[in-house]
Amino acid sequence: MKRISTLVIGAGQAGLAMSHCLTERSEPHVVLERGQIGNSWARERWDSLRMQSPNWQTRLPGHAYAGSDPDGYMTMPEVRAYLESYAAKSAAPVETGVTVTSVTRDDESHVVKTTKGTWRATNVVLASGACNQASIPGFAQDIPDSITQVSPLSYRRPSDLPEGGVLVVGASATGVQLAAEIQASGRPVILATGNHIRMPRRYRGHDITWLLEHSGLFSKTLENVDDINRVRSLPSLQLIGDRSCLFLDLNALQDMGVEIVGRLTGCRDGTLLFSGSLANTAVLSDLKMNRALSAIDDWALQSGLEFPEPPRRFAPTLVPAKPRLALPLASGAISTIVWASGFRPDMSWLQMPVFDGKGRIRHAGGIVAPGLYVLGLPFLRTRKSTFLDGVGDDARVLAQHIADARLRQAA
Amino acid sequence: MNTETQMTAVADNGVNTEALIGARGAFAEMPEAASFTFRSACEWKEGTYNINTINGYFGLGQEHARKQSFTIEADHPEVFAAHDRAATPTEIVLAALASCLTGGVAAVAQHRGIQLRSVRSTVEGDIDVRGILGMDPDIRNGFSAIRVTFEIDADASQDDIRALVAQSQKRSAMFDILTNPTNVAVSVA
Repeated sequence: MKRISTLVIGAGQAGLAMSHCLTERSEPHVVLERGQIGNSWARERWDSLRMQSPNWQTRLPGHAYAGSDPDGYMTMPEVRAYLESYAAKSAAPVETGVTVTSVTRDDESHVVKTTKGTWRATNVVLASGACNQASIPGFAQDIPDSITQVSPLSYRRPSDLPEGGVLVVGASATGVQLAAEIQASGRPVILATGNHIRMPRRYRGHDITWLLEHSGLFSKTLENVDDINRVRSLPSLQLIGDRSCLFLDLNALQDMGVEIVGRLTGCRDGTLLFSGSLANTAVLSDLKMNRALSAIDDWALQSGLEFPEPPRRFAPTLVPAKPRLALPLASGAISTIVWASGFRPDMSWLQMPVFDGKGRIRHAGGIVAPGLYVLGLPFLRTRKSTFLDGVGDDARVLAQHIADARLRQAA
Repeated sequence: MNTETQMTAVADNGVNTEALIGARGAFAEMPEAASFTFRSACEWKEGTYNINTINGYFGLGQEHARKQSFTIEADHPEVFAAHDRAATPTEIVLAALASCLTGGVAAVAQHRGIQLRSVRSTVEGDIDVRGILGMDPDIRNGFSAIRVTFEIDADASQDDIRALVAQSQKRSAMFDILTNPTNVAVSVA
């Protein structure tokens, strides 16, 4: 059995940032990775995907973008290369091709079983990702086999889908991007739309992420939110990594010919049923966007900075007068369902009583239990925790916690 | 992307939001206590005229009896060859939606520190009665569309008022009941 002070599970941005911060503090550690560095980015994302945040904002502790296009958005191979160069620069002790099969704890330490042996570790950092599984409702199993069902983890490109119509379920960043490219491929798309957050790519002459960062909205901490479970489950912003596309919102999609319907609520007798609440979800989304834009405008006024463009408000989201409420599958209108209905982590190998009634890992700012940490989850400590750029700050805090705990034990 | 605002002015819309927030805390600890069952007992009188009596309900893990029973009568208008002794069930549904949304507006306004002065709404529902008469299988029995229009006078901006109404829909039981499917089991005892 191998022994190490700290074992980090996962060599994506979270695990590598943690490794860097542990190395800075001379904390012995090993990073275990089931596949290759940046595995989820490399193997569980679609071809056209680009980062939501621009290159200049793709920052990790001790590592920043050094290329010639700071305002561009990385493709998935570029993200992987960026993470590989980070791992090399940090001399991160990554063991690739090692899958963790269980994490338990006894009186002495954590016991981490893997496909290549068992480890004992005082500390375990769970950095295995927030998007390991697609959240697919239970009624998906009631849908007839004649309909192909795809999750964004296995979807690669429209041409892989059968001919015919496609229902995309979910209108967050993933859903709107997939709806747009599938519609463009000649497969008519219906987009089932629940809660979503509309946001322009650029505002006041800046990328929205620049504004969210500089106005402090991205740094909002746990103490400043009313309901942590609510903010942790907020949908992602309807953004695409494309400067030329101000909005990839419901209006833009309808202009492309996408049919917008309410949230998918079930499948009854071979008929898909959609909520009649579409108009209100669109109003809520516009109100959320306008509140964010107002907060940016308020900050802009106080900041004393010059902005290339004045404040503006965008035309409201248009919804069809009579959105479709039912879709009989026998009609042949669709041949495929793409579940862009959200993601969740897979920590099925973590055999410790650290989950709540809904299967979510309990933690206080990333601290799960003595010696057990989690990193890279939505709003772990701040709003930007969800983003690659935000994981570094969280890693610094948790690495320091590990270093402090060692000092306390030594004392 | 919410911007939470802390209001210092004390608004009073007659809603005890502290109690509701306390209930959230209690239900987080004991989710089974949050399971309620509501009921109504209906008795046929004559023709399309009947009377519902509402009293007991189950919640917080036990049965509750009210101090008084409430009744809701229903009938149909004379153009349906009925005696028009009470509102139609469809109108009662519209009324239930308006009541639910209006209660929600008051509660959300209280929570957000917004003083309401008046809240009025009208609700309309469209029905093509060829559906219930069984004349055309393509026409549904129920409403093809429902419209609610609010007129609200409050110490708040138009956007804040729109947000009140939007949030009240988001958290409304009746709005959910009318916009989403529900499994309904009807049996003979």
